[in-house]
Amino acid sequence: MKKALIIVSAAFLLAACGESPQTIGGAKQDAGAYTGTGKAYVEPGWKSGDKASWESKLKARGQYGQNEYNRVN
Amino acid sequence: MARMKFVCDAERCIECNGCVTACKNEHEVPWGVNRRRVVTLNDGVPGEKSISVACMHCSDAPCMAVCPVNCFYRTDEGVVLHDKDICIGCGYCSYACPFGAPQFPSQGTFGVRGKMDKCTFCAGGPEANGSQSEFEKYGRNRLAEGKLPACAEMCSTKALLAGDGDMVADIFRTRVLQRGKGAEVWGWGTAYGSRQAGQPAPAGAKS
Repeated sequence: MKKALIIVSAAFLLAACGESPQTIGGAKQDAGAYTGTGKAYVEPGWKSGDKASWESKLKARGQYGQNEYNRVN
Repeated sequence: MARMKFVCDAERCIECNGCVTACKNEHEVPWGVNRRRVVTLNDGVPGEKSISVACMHCSDAPCMAVCPVNCFYRTDEGVVLHDKDICIGCGYCSYACPFGAPQFPSQGTFGVRGKMDKCTFCAGGPEANGSQSEFEKYGRNRLAEGKLPACAEMCSTKALLAGDGDMVADIFRTRVLQRGKGAEVWGWGTAYGSRQAGQPAPAGAKS
């Protein structure tokens, strides 16, 4: 009886020694830009979720909009 | 695709602040926060040079290294973003950043510093792409719409170039060859390493 009481009281007292984890979770998982927004007003000509077509469209847009040597010379 | 980079051509920038306005308008950035700004060196002196400055999305970002709560992350395209739900507004990133990119809204009680805000390369944040919560916290996600950052697309002289690193380096190289001067790219070495734009990376280096 006495031994059982000691075990129970020890378990009760040592319960406070437990510690919840304090690891840093970090940022939430972000979906890739090529997955699209699922809304209107996007650049036409590429398929949402198709990374290759998204990349090629973005490169084409960059060249067309930013490299005037391709357009006027 | 290599990785997304910014280049500002100091030979072309006319300090019109169109990029600043485009960014403010596109993302509805609050008063007092400037994700992008134009800096002029030797203002008023003949030969003055202006450059448009914002987060350069560094290859080895110092802000990521010093953040005590690990709120930063890098996308597959090399864009450095952060999670405002984790940011505690300590300001360490502000001291670490060589470009002065991190901004802190001070609208709270006693001007207390809010969560950090910075240029997202128009790539939003960790919320769902194109969602209202993403827009409210980080602004519009133009990359997920197949578009480039608004600042670069709105630049009237195309001084500010944005996009795939290889592509912007090619465009800039063509310009330098055509005009025969102005090969200095401000901030490129600090953000992306000391090698010159377009040169092959040494073995084992980051692209």
